[in-house]
Order: sequence, then C-alpha cells, then structure tokens
Amino acid sequence: MSPANDGTTPAPQPEEVSGPRSADLVSGAHAPHTLEVVEVRTGMFGTHGSGDTSGYGGLVQPVAMPGASARPYGSWFDEVVDVLAEVLAEAGTRFDDAIERVVVDPPGEHAELTLHVHRDHLVQVSQALRDDQDLRFELSLGVSGVHYPHDVGRELHAVYHLTSITHGRSLRLEVAVPDADPHVPSTTSVYPTNDWHERETWDFFGIVFDGHPALARIEMPDDWPGHPQRKDYPLGGIPVEYKGATVPPPDTRRSYS
Amino acid sequence: MGIEEAPSGFLLTSIEDLAGYFRKASLWPVTFGLACCAIEMMAAGASRFDLSRFGMEVFRASPRQADLMIVAGRVSQKMAPVVRQVYDQMSEPKWVLSMGVCASSGGMFNNYAIVQGVDHIVPVDIYLPGCPPRPEMLINAILALHEQIGDEPLGVNRKEAAKAAEAKALEATPTFQMKGMLR
Amino acid sequence: MSTSAEQETPRTAPRSTRPPVGDFDAGVPSFEASGGDWADITESAVAAAALGEERIVVNMGPQHPSTHGVLRLMLEIDGETVTEARCGIGYLHTGIEKNMEYRTWTQGVTFCTRMDYLAPIFQETAYCLAVEKLLGITADVPERASVIRVLMMELNRVASHLVCLGTGGNEMGATTVMTIGFTAREEILRIFEAVTGLRMNNAYVRPGGVSTDVPPDLVEQVRSTLPTVRSYLSQLGDLMLANPIFKGRLVGVGHLSLAGCMALGVTGPVLRSTGLPYDVRKSDPYCGYETYDFDVPTADGADCYDRVVLRLEECYQSLKIVEQCLERLEASAGQPVMVGDRKIAWPAQLAVGSDGQGNSLDHIKEIMGTSMEALIHHFKLVTEGFRVPVGQAWQTIEHPRGEMGVHLVSDGGTRPYRAHFRDPSFNNLQAVAAMCEGGQVADVVVAVASLDPVLGGVDR
Repeated sequence: MSPANDGTTPAPQPEEVSGPRSADLVSGAHAPHTLEVVEVRTGMFGTHGSGDTSGYGGLVQPVAMPGASARPYGSWFDEVVDVLAEVLAEAGTRFDDAIERVVVDPPGEHAELTLHVHRDHLVQVSQALRDDQDLRFELSLGVSGVHYPHDVGRELHAVYHLTSITHGRSLRLEVAVPDADPHVPSTTSVYPTNDWHERETWDFFGIVFDGHPALARIEMPDDWPGHPQRKDYPLGGIPVEYKGATVPPPDTRRSYS
Repeated sequence: MGIEEAPSGFLLTSIEDLAGYFRKASLWPVTFGLACCAIEMMAAGASRFDLSRFGMEVFRASPRQADLMIVAGRVSQKMAPVVRQVYDQMSEPKWVLSMGVCASSGGMFNNYAIVQGVDHIVPVDIYLPGCPPRPEMLINAILALHEQIGDEPLGVNRKEAAKAAEAKALEATPTFQMKGMLR
Repeated sequence: MSTSAEQETPRTAPRSTRPPVGDFDAGVPSFEASGGDWADITESAVAAAALGEERIVVNMGPQHPSTHGVLRLMLEIDGETVTEARCGIGYLHTGIEKNMEYRTWTQGVTFCTRMDYLAPIFQETAYCLAVEKLLGITADVPERASVIRVLMMELNRVASHLVCLGTGGNEMGATTVMTIGFTAREEILRIFEAVTGLRMNNAYVRPGGVSTDVPPDLVEQVRSTLPTVRSYLSQLGDLMLANPIFKGRLVGVGHLSLAGCMALGVTGPVLRSTGLPYDVRKSDPYCGYETYDFDVPTADGADCYDRVVLRLEECYQSLKIVEQCLERLEASAGQPVMVGDRKIAWPAQLAVGSDGQGNSLDHIKEIMGTSMEALIHHFKLVTEGFRVPVGQAWQTIEHPRGEMGVHLVSDGGTRPYRAHFRDPSFNNLQAVAAMCEGGQVADVVVAVASLDPVLGGVDR
C-alpha cells in the first residue's frame, strides 16, 4: 500500500479517471459505467518527501477497479442474471434496485461474474440464488472483506463466493458499505456456513453483520483494539537488529508503489 | 574407564556434577506443539529419527509431569498467556527449548499477531534456528541442552552464575552497534 | 467447597461429582481460564447446578495432546455425555494475509505455504493459479509445470492423509498407527527434499510455473518409493479397517448427514463420506486434472470410520495419478517449467553448487560479466517484482481437507492489495458442534480427528 493520502491532494473523482489501467483492462470498456477509485498512487519509485530525483514525484495515478460490463456477458452469465432478475421481479423487487452493477472480469475464458448487491437486498438475492432450481448456488465458500480507503462512501466491501454444485458454476457477490455505517445484513439464515466467516470479517475489518447469532471476535483476543486487516491499521512489526544495522518492518520500508 | 576399574570402590565427585549427570538423562518434554515445527517434533519422535534413543520419547501431556518445554512454532498474542501458564505449571527444575525462528525471534512474521520471540514470555535455555528445523537439528539441540544441563551449577553457585550472566549481558554492545563483518 | 452448600443441596440421586457451587462463593479465591464468554458459561453452569442439574463445563485446549494443535474446545457435559460443544480458535493467528500485502506477488508464495503446514503445495498452487488468472497467463503455463504441480500435490495429499490417519490413531492410543504413518510420510518428504530442497514449507510453485525443474533421476526415485508407500498404506489398512477396537471407537461416531454438510459448507472427505462425489478436481478442473484417470471414492456411512476408509482410498487414487504424472514427466523431459514471458519468470536458474545450494554459475557469469542489461533486469524483477492488472480473482482447488479458495485483489501494483484464503479446516471446524453434541466425551476426540483440522490453516 502506498502511504495514505495526506489530505493536501484530493482523491481524483471518477470522471477524471483515465489511466491506461483503468479503462483498457475493463471488458466492455465502452459501456457506460462508474469506476470506483480504489487506490491513488503518487510518485513511482517509492520515495516520498525529499530525496526524489526521479522526476516522477508529482505523478498522481488513480487506480480503479473494473467497471460495469455490458451485455452480452458471455458464457452462462446472461442466463443466471436473467433468471435472477425474473425471480426478483416475482418477489416485487426491481433488478436495478437490488443489483447495482454486473461485472465480468478478468477478460478471457477465465472470466468471473461479480454481482454488486445493495445491502438491503443481500439476503433476498442470496436466498434467490440458493433456492431457485435454475440458479441453485447451494454452497457458500465464505466471506472475504476488502478495505478500499479511497473508495469514498463505499470503503468496506464484503465479498461472498457462491458455488453451484448442481450446475457447476460459481459467482461472486460484493456488498459495499461506508466506513461510517458499516452494517451488512447477516446471511447466516440462508447459508449457516457463513457464521464463522462473518465473525472473521467483523474481527479483521469491522463490518457489522446485523442479525448474526453471535458476532464476536474469532481470531484476535476478545479485548483487542481495532480491526487489524484494515488498510489504516499498521502491520505492527518491530525493527529487526542485525550486526551493524537495523532493518525497519516491511510497512515502513521504502517500497515500489 | 569402566566402573569395574575404579581402584578402591570410591568415586569422588561434586553434587553438582552428579545431579547434572542424572538430570540431563531424564528429560521429559511436554507436548507443546504450535505450528509447523510441531510436525517436525512429532517426526523426531517417530521411527526414522527416534528420539527415544536419548530417552525422550515420552512426551507428557501434563506440564506437571514434564521438565522441558519445546516451544515448537509461532506464538501468537492470543497464545502467549497460555504458554506462560503451561510454563508456570511445570515443576522445577525446568528448561525451555525455542524451536524454529518464529518462536526464537518472530521470524518472517514481523507483524501485529505474533510475539517477536518467546523469550519475551518465558526464559529460554536454547534457541534452535530453522523454518522448520529438521528433526536431526532438534535432536542436536536437545543433545546440546543435555550438555548444558550436565554443567549446570546448583544453589548459591547457580545464583552467582545467573548474576554474572546478567551483568555480562547488560554490558555487552547491542548487536546493531557492532561493527565489522556480519560474523 | 463450603460445607453449607453441600447441606443445602438435596441428595436425591447419586452423583459422580458434586455441584461446583461452593467455588463461586464470594471471598473464595479461585483460578480459571479467562477471556471470551468463559465467565458466562461457568455462571450459567452454576445456575443450572443450583437447580439440581449436573452440568459441567470442561475446557479442552488450547494446549491438549489430542486437539490437533492449538484448538480450544469448550464442552458442556452431563456425566459422560456432551450436551454442548463449542470451538475456540485464533490461538495460531499469524497475520499471514496482512503480511502478504507487503510483499511482492512472488514472495507471497513463501507466506501462504506456511498456512496449512501439512499441505503446503496446495496453498502455493491455489495462490499461483489465482495470480495467473489475474495476469491472464493461465493458458501459457507450460504443460510440464502443470504435471509437476499435479505430481507434487498428489504426493502431498498422501503425506497429509498419512499424518491425519497417524495422529488420529495416536489420539486413540494406537501409537503404531502413528509411527507407520510418519515413517511412510518420511518416504514422501524425501522426494520433496529432492525436488524443492525442503521437507516442509516448500515455496516451490511460483506464479507462471515452478521454481526449478525436477532432478533428472526423480522419476526413478518416485518409482522406487511408490511400492514402499503402498506397503505402508496396506499396513495401515490391515491395522485399522478390520480392527474391532478401532471400529468400536469409530463406527457411527461423528455422524454428519449430507444436509448438515451442505448447510455448514463442509467439503472434502467429510462431504464425500455422505455419498456426494463432489471433488473440485472433477467439477472444476485445474492444472489439467480432466486429463488424468482417477476415481472419486465415496461412502454412505457419514461417520468417522468411513472417513478413514475414504482417506486411505484417496491415497491409492493419488498414487494412481502420480504414476500417470511420471509417464508424462518422462515424455516431457527438457521442456520448460516456467512461462516464456521474461517479465514474469525469474531469470535465475537454480543449480546445486559446490556448497550444496545456490544459483546457476552460468547465470551469475552472464549477469556479472557480460550483460549489464541482464543484471538490471534481474535486479528489478527480483526486488520490485512484476505488476498484475487491476481486478480480483477467485480460484478453488481440492485440498486434502476440502475445497480451498483463494481470493486475490490487485490494485495494479507489485504487491497483492488483499489476499484471502478460504481454508477448508476453518470452515469444517464449524461442524464440531453438530458432530459432537449428544455423544460421549471420548467421541469428541475421534470426531475432531475425522475433520482433520490443521490449525495453521484455520487461523492463518
């Protein structure tokens, strides 16, 4: 992680984003999409402050995750999205309300389908994905948290990976919530296996899973302050002493950004 | 010299030497496997390496019956109180072998979760490097510890030796201030 | 124990132990394990004791010889019957996922290999497959590299199952099972040492291929080892499968039905012991598993005994795959084991030097003597690493303990933005409550051993 933005330069907004690695790598790049800035990289060779004679010190490069894809998504993705839209419509939910966007990435034959779900509809969507016979994603492979401090208003992401043993498919659900209001409904009613995974995500990222039966820390001691795998939590190493030298811990070393 | 050749049926020795001689050959380790090193510790006790050649195959499940704690693996902040409690429950005299770099210094896991060396929690008698050390290395470390135990002073002498060691350590130049080649 | 409490408690029925009321009187110093909901549990146990119920909470672990490492079990027992079982984990949390965010993509292998230390090759391969997916070079990985990966993974599966069976036997008091298991494992570790230089924590698989080619005499070495491993496996089978004591301890114990497995996301041998032949090697093949001939063994007893049978059978199936790998290794001798892209593959070729380790002398001569560009390239690639396009990837593989998943997020830099491992043991441990409650205390040990949790993988 490059050092956090010190506040003097505001993070570039989505419409300014035009780096070579933002649009080119997105499949369906010409489709209308919003980009989420996940990282703002300054400089090039890891030196910050004084001493940068590289000439790249003023470089500011925003990094955005792949944006929404356009139809056809390819493979079985269209079918699953259509069926899901149908099932949601039967329950009286508009597809666009529940699913913020559909992303197919990385390009190529190993593309993965990601559904960005609005948190109010997460339980409903996962229930539909599990129960409908044409979807039948019966196996949940857990929850993974990601902290994007530069994705303003959507800092914390909870990522769910679902697998359909019946149809041999797997997809990803992603829910983004602001750091100020880190509440996501618990999916343990649909997938009991997510119990420990949600506890782990709470432990490491501070995402509160509402409705979880016992949301307690699982990996860290109960009285541990903070959520250690967030980007604003330091790695916490100590300097290592060698003969004639001291090596700082990895997070405070000079690094290539 | 065989015992039959003792000229008059008498042997003169010091109590320290005699106690050390007996103690070093009757170590009972406590089962204290934590991570990868624990598997190598188990391998050291199994057939190919056979720790029982040195009278140590009986790993005791209860710390009350053991006098050697082999800290085999990374010690997390959450595990640290448990390590200390197990150590406290062992009866004197007792020794600690820090097996592997993680237990000795934190190793490659220089982060929030791992205690940077088990010597922050318990006094360590011998450090064993390696990630993980091979079973042969563990056996070698145990034999080196045997020698150390055999030469251990008793009573007043022990306190004096400890004081001398502490004074020497306090006077020593910190490693990072040393000059010259790395070795 | 105060005597007054004893007088108040009516002795209506014979008890095996006295209720622990007196220990919690004010002013009486007591020592107890602290942290978590331990205090609540003991208080509720006291409340139940006051009602005349015999309710004892036993803390098993984190340092206990039969909990497969630093697992803590909190058991509420009624006599010998377990009425409630809960797990406490996190005693080996190492922060590996966070540490990986500060190292290059290639160095990440060194960290993830130390997660589940009984199956290091599986974490490495899963991680590298995910990185390759992000890089878009999955199809470019040379055939020989995939064959070597499969060979190493299958040997590793056998080694892992051997430890599972061995320690499982040891926990029931069958030391011979353990010594046979570990002796057979040594045979496989010798192969690992010949290939990677290390017995454990190999860091052998790299994004784009494997770090170095196998030694020229490996095929003969493996061929001569396989009969030995087979004979040890058959010894284990002879010792366990028809043994009345063994069957008495395992048959019908730790039952978990298919519905229970699916709800709890339990995969691997535990799921297959319910009769569902779900194996990622078949359902979503990677590393060319679709081209190998092997079966997915299943059973229908869904108990601990069936899981032992399945693990033994899986070992034989793995050896069958290993034999096919050997044929392919012979056919592909001399072919590359790393992608052709010199911006990803490390230039250094490893070779055994006069001191028994080191890089190839030819390569050192080239970078130090003839080509400055080669030296710069080497330096940049090793210290800075390669960049990986923005995005996220998910890769699952069939781990000895179940389905393992790797979730990687890249911000286009030289280091992972986030690496998350869905370890099967972490997930499977959730089933302890379902498998143990209602059984005997002694069955808890058997049930946990049949899940085969490795706490390094659970806590990461």
